[in-house]
Amino acid sequence: MKTVIAGLLALMVGSFAQPAQAQTLINGAGATFPYPIYSKWFDEYTKIDPEVRFNYQSIGSGGGIKQVSARTVDFGASDGPMTDEQLKHAPSELLHIPTVLGAVVATYNLPGAPKLKFSGDVLADIFLGKITKWDDRRITALNAGVSLPDQPIVVVHRSDGSGTTYIWVDYLSKISPEWQQKVGKGTSVNWPVGLGGKGNEGVSGQVKNQPGALGYVELAYAVKNKLPVASIKNAAGKFVEPTIATTTAAAAGAARSMPEDFRVSLTNPPGEEAYPIASFTWLLVYRDQPNEVKGRALVKFLWWMSHEGQKYADDLLYAPLPTQVVKQIEAKIKQITYQGKPLVAAR
Amino acid sequence: MAVVATTVPATRAAPRNFGDRALRVVLTATASAIVVLVVALAAEMIRASLPAVRAFGWRFLFTSTWDPVAEHFGAVPFLYGTLVSSFLALLIAVPLGLGAAIYLAELAPVWVRAPIAFLVELVAAVPSVIYGLWGIFVLAPLLRTWVQPALGATLGFLPLFQGPPYGIGMLAAGIILAIMVVPYITAVSREVLLAVPNSQREAALALGATRWETTRIAVLRYGRSGLLGAILLGLGRALGETMAVTMVIGNRPEVALSLFAPGYTMASVIANEFTEATSDLYLSALIEIGLLLLAVTVIVNGLARLLVWSVGGPVRRPRE
Repeated sequence: MKTVIAGLLALMVGSFAQPAQAQTLINGAGATFPYPIYSKWFDEYTKIDPEVRFNYQSIGSGGGIKQVSARTVDFGASDGPMTDEQLKHAPSELLHIPTVLGAVVATYNLPGAPKLKFSGDVLADIFLGKITKWDDRRITALNAGVSLPDQPIVVVHRSDGSGTTYIWVDYLSKISPEWQQKVGKGTSVNWPVGLGGKGNEGVSGQVKNQPGALGYVELAYAVKNKLPVASIKNAAGKFVEPTIATTTAAAAGAARSMPEDFRVSLTNPPGEEAYPIASFTWLLVYRDQPNEVKGRALVKFLWWMSHEGQKYADDLLYAPLPTQVVKQIEAKIKQITYQGKPLVAAR
Repeated sequence: MAVVATTVPATRAAPRNFGDRALRVVLTATASAIVVLVVALAAEMIRASLPAVRAFGWRFLFTSTWDPVAEHFGAVPFLYGTLVSSFLALLIAVPLGLGAAIYLAELAPVWVRAPIAFLVELVAAVPSVIYGLWGIFVLAPLLRTWVQPALGATLGFLPLFQGPPYGIGMLAAGIILAIMVVPYITAVSREVLLAVPNSQREAALALGATRWETTRIAVLRYGRSGLLGAILLGLGRALGETMAVTMVIGNRPEVALSLFAPGYTMASVIANEFTEATSDLYLSALIEIGLLLLAVTVIVNGLARLLVWSVGGPVRRPRE
């Protein structure tokens, strides 16, 4: 009996140990918003390179920054760029690599679901509680031809800390000095007015059930659930509908003034076609990789992700990176090293 | 240990064979594990909340601003929301739950008892996110279109029922919690009532008591500590409930007298903001909220236990 068990054990250990030796496991943790496309990428990439396996925990941007700074994972992911202070606290230099773009849209509940137009200052004043009625002259002035009811606006925002909120209030902060001063930006803020809903589904649930409600959700969520969405006036003065194309255009508009470390806010960018409430989501990787095998695999993946991988974005309703930005990312990936030696050969 | 040895039979104090000794060691270990766990939990939470305690001191307990951007944190709205929503829930759930339990134990025909008891247990097993979704899509619209306008029209002179009817808010949270707590109170109370010896009832009936008098004097009085235990169990669930409450309470850190207004609870704010809390002070403030929730639970339970002792006898919680 004992020998049989020992034999079985040896067999099991052998069969498990074999692939584990050949495979490189890369651990990551962070943002929940890009999780669907990240898991698609990791899945597809394993088909191309069976040597590498990814394990990604979507624990939230804050957790991702913490874990990568503590080096408990090989890479982090975040919807908001790390602050200068957070970067200083990291044990060695961290790079921000943009992966895809997301957009945040205004959705509402009005009889007949008319197509609405908003400008940033009107949105900011609604969320500050200064515009309280749908038939306020500043809203009707933007929406000639739409009959708006004499009804209070019920503001709905996210109650959970989220990258979606960050993008939304980042936009409002840029447009409205009053918002910037009174509320500011963050993954959670001290909302002047409104009800809080948990997650995109909580916000859209409350908007659907509350006549006169106005809230914000992710573009992907609004498209999938066919919610009414508003066009927003961009920096060029055009009213732009939120779509995948206009979101990518937001990054293209910002490409010319892209800072070297990609820690950039894309809200209210220049460009005729740019939808103004959009943002990158980033992977956080160390510039000097501590492990040669893992580092090489990670760099290969980053290259694949920013090129071939982008074709999966559309289906999952993320906006792909514009080509100008991919060029800039290529240069960044080439800077990743192991003990000072670059991990990717200049192509 | 020495005290125990003098009062219990010798066989328990000094086990004779290996099996008994092993069992004793294992069981002692499991019992101490609970103590260690609670102590470790409290210690870790105190340690992690130190930065917030240092930064805000007692102000944390007496201010009501919650601004993650400027990093000003105060716990008042959350304390208030947790206590009000829980007591509102008990206000609704206790008469309902006890009434159902008395019916099931004392009055219901035998063929009705088993199916209803089964349903009660089924309701207790429904996950809280389901209650939350039901709250958003069914309860809140119902409250907004029918209940709140009616309450506002009839009792609107009370500050409790003023303000715009959103549906979502403290009232919705209280009702959802009541619905979640009722099955617990019913199931445990029913067990308590069934455990009351029949001789009690027979004695009361023999003295010429009516059905209601028998129930009141012989059954409810006899089982009162157990019934309080059932209510406590319900209260415990209401204080700590997170998901369903978050989905319907409106998540607004504000102390508003009106039950129509949105509120916030301690458990909800932790669940909502913990994952994306990036700064150390922010995280620490959230952990201090958790510590506060633990303290509130301990205090409320302690008070309730005092109440039970004052009406006679320690709580007897029947096994679930």
